[in-house]
Amino acid sequence: MSQLRWNISGLFGALLFGMFPNTGFAGEVNAAVAANFTAPMQQIVAAFQKDSGHTVKLSFGSSGKFYTQIKQGAPFDVILAADEAISQRLEREGLAVAGTSFVYASGKLVLWSAKPGLVDAKGAVLGQGNFNKLAYADPKLAPYGLAAKETLDAMGLWRRVESRLVTGESITQTYQFASSGNADLAFVALSQITKDGKVTEGSWWLVPSNLYSPLRQSAVQLSASKDPVAARALLTYLKSKKSAEIIRSFGYELP
Amino acid sequence: MFQLAPDDLQSVWLTLKLAGVTTILLLLIATPLAWWLANSRKWYKGPVAAVVALPLVIPPTVLGFYLLLLMGPQGAVGELTTSLNLGRLPFTFAGLVIGSVLFSMPFAVQPIQNAFESIGRRPLEVAATLRAGAWDRFFSVALPLARPGFITASILAFAHTVGEFGVVLMLGGNIPGETRVLSVAIYSHVEAMEYASAHLLAGGMVLFSFLVLLALYLTGGKGARV
Repeated sequence: MSQLRWNISGLFGALLFGMFPNTGFAGEVNAAVAANFTAPMQQIVAAFQKDSGHTVKLSFGSSGKFYTQIKQGAPFDVILAADEAISQRLEREGLAVAGTSFVYASGKLVLWSAKPGLVDAKGAVLGQGNFNKLAYADPKLAPYGLAAKETLDAMGLWRRVESRLVTGESITQTYQFASSGNADLAFVALSQITKDGKVTEGSWWLVPSNLYSPLRQSAVQLSASKDPVAARALLTYLKSKKSAEIIRSFGYELP
Repeated sequence: MFQLAPDDLQSVWLTLKLAGVTTILLLLIATPLAWWLANSRKWYKGPVAAVVALPLVIPPTVLGFYLLLLMGPQGAVGELTTSLNLGRLPFTFAGLVIGSVLFSMPFAVQPIQNAFESIGRRPLEVAATLRAGAWDRFFSVALPLARPGFITASILAFAHTVGEFGVVLMLGGNIPGETRVLSVAIYSHVEAMEYASAHLLAGGMVLFSFLVLLALYLTGGKGARV
C-alpha cells in the first residue's frame, strides 16, 4: 500500500515537474564533463540529486570538443574541463560567468601495465626497454598526454622510446590500448585505474609530480545557462566535503 | 600558404596507399564471394550474405574496438599471428589493411554480386553450348559483362577507405608514416584547434576525391551505379 502511495505521489510530482520545469523548487542542469572525471561525477551527481532535488544531465567527452560546441551555442550550464585553460578561455570570451571558475580536482599521472610485475616502483622499465609499445595520449589534445611527454623529457628518455610510442586520441583510448594488452605500457590517469581508493589490476608507477606540470582540472558556470540557480548549486556542491571524499577515492588530489 | 607540412603530406600518401591496397585486396576477395552469392542455392547463402553486410550496421569505432581486442594478445587472431611469428596487427599498416577490408567488404561485394545476377544464366548457358569450360565462361563472358559492377565496387571501396575514420582511429595508434591516415590527421588538427591545417587537408581531400570520382565516371563508368 505504501509502495503504491509512493508511486502515485512520484507520478504526481513528475507530472507537476513536467508542467513547470523552471519554477525554482527543482531545476535542471546540463553539465559537460571531461571524460576522465566520468566515474566520480556520476557518484557526486547521484548524491547531489538526492540532496537538492535538482536534476542533472551529464554529457561526457573531450573538453576541447565541448569548448567548440559551447562556442556554437550548445545548451550546457556548467563545464568540468580537463584543464584550466578551457575554463579561463571561456571566461575571457564572455561565454562563462566571470569569477566562477575553480579547480575541482588535480589529476595524477601513472605509468600502468595490465601485466602484473612489469612496471616497477621507480618506473625503471621505461629505460630498460623490455616492452613492445608505450601508449600515451596525444599531447596536443589531452593534458595527460602532455604530462606524459614532459615526464619522458624530464627523464631524458624521449628519444629512446619514441619509436615505440602509440598515440591515443584521449586517455580513454590510451587506457584501452593498454587494458587490451596491445600496448605493454601506457601513461594514464590514476583515476582510470583506481576504484574505491585502490588500484587492483596490473602493475603501476605513480609518476612523481615534479616531473610534469600540474593537471589542474577546472570547472566554470556558463553564461548561457537557462537555470543559473541550479547550476550554481551544483558547483557549490562540487566543493563540499562529501564531493571531496568521492573525488579523492578516485585517485585525484584536491587543491 | 597552400603548403602541406611534411607530416600531412605523409598522411596523404599513406591514405592513398591504404585505399589502393585495400581496393585491390577487396576485388580479389569479393569477386569469388560475389560469384558464389549470385549463383549458390545453398541454405547458408542467406547467413553468409548477412555477415558480409554486417559492417554497414556496426558503428566504425565499435568495429575497431572489437578488432583491437581480437587482434590483441588475448584475442584469437592475436594468438594466431603471434604463434605464426607475425607479431601483432594493431598499430601496423597491415592491421589497418585488414580492418579496412572488413569494413568496406559490403561496398565491394554487393555491386559485383548485383552485376553477376543481372547477367542471368542465359549468356553462360550459350557459352557452354559453344564448349566453353567453366573458367573460360567466367573470364570471357561473366567478367566482361559485369564490368560496371566492378567499376562501382572499386570506386566505393577506394572512396570508403579514404573516408574511413573510426576503425583506423581505434586500431592505428596515430603513428606517423605507419597508421596516421588523412582522416585521423584532420581530426587531430580540429581537436587541437589548428583550423587552418584542418581546412587545407579537408578541402584538398574533398577536391581530390571529387576529381578521382569524376574521372572514373567519365572514362570507364558507363553503366556504373553507386
